[in-house]
Amino acid sequence: MNLTRRTFIKGAGAAGTVAVAAAAGLLKPTQVLATEWNKAAFEAKGVADALKAIGATGAADSKDILIKAPDIAENGAVVPVEVTSKIAGTSAIALLVEKNATPLVADFALSNGAEGYISTRIKMGQTSNVRVVVKAGGKTYNAVKEVKVTIGGCGG
Amino acid sequence: MAKPMKIRATMAGDVADIKVLMNHPMETGQRKDAKTGQLIPAHFIQNVKAEVNGKVVLDAQWSVAISKNPFLGFKVKGAKAGDKVTVSWTDNKGDHNSAEATVA
Repeated sequence: MNLTRRTFIKGAGAAGTVAVAAAAGLLKPTQVLATEWNKAAFEAKGVADALKAIGATGAADSKDILIKAPDIAENGAVVPVEVTSKIAGTSAIALLVEKNATPLVADFALSNGAEGYISTRIKMGQTSNVRVVVKAGGKTYNAVKEVKVTIGGCGG
Repeated sequence: MAKPMKIRATMAGDVADIKVLMNHPMETGQRKDAKTGQLIPAHFIQNVKAEVNGKVVLDAQWSVAISKNPFLGFKVKGAKAGDKVTVSWTDNKGDHNSAEATVA
C-alpha cells in the first residue's frame, strides 16, 4: 500500500486550510486548543494530580465499565487493554497505570457516533492497577483492574 | 517521512469496527543507549485523530506509555460501508502522518 505521496499532499493541503482558517479567525481559539497536548496531565507523577489535570475528579465506581486486560502480563512493554463503557453518552475515556512514573497513559475524546470502546496496547513498569476513567454527561466514573507484570520473561 | 500505517474498517451490524496499526518507536525517554550510556530522548505520538467522512469521531492524547508500533481499535455507530475513515497522528518532534481507508 503506497499512499505516502498522495496522503502527504492531502495532509499538507488540509493543514494549510486550518492555518488559514485560524488566521482568518474562523476557528475559535478553544477549538484549536482542544487538541493541544495536555502537558500538565501527562507529566503528573501521581494519579490524583493527573486526574485533576484532565478534569476528572470525584469519579464514582461503575460496574458498567469493562476492562479486558490479562491478569498476568509477561511483557510489560506490550499489555493489551480493551475498555468498554456501557454508560450512555460516554464522551471520553482515560487510561491510567497507577504505578507508572507518569500514570496517565492516554485520554480519548469520543464524538459523532464513536462508541464507548477503546482497544490499545500499553506499557507497564511493574504490577499495578489499571484505572479507567469515563466521562459521560458531565459526570465521571471509574473502574480498576490489577495486572501483574512479570519482568524477566520467565513466566513466573 | 514516517512509515505508512494500516487501517482496517469493517462493519459489524450497524457499527463500524476500525483497527489502526501505526509505525512509531514510542521512545519513553527513560531508556539508555547500551553503547554510550546516554539517555535516548523521548519520541512518541502525542495526538491521534480519527475522522469518518470528515467528522471527528476520536481525538486522543497519548503519553510515552503507549506501546511501540501502536495499535488502536475503536467503534463508530451509524457509519456505513463505503464511508471514508481518516486517521492522523502528530508526535512530540512535530512529525506527522495520516492514512485513509474505506469501511468495508
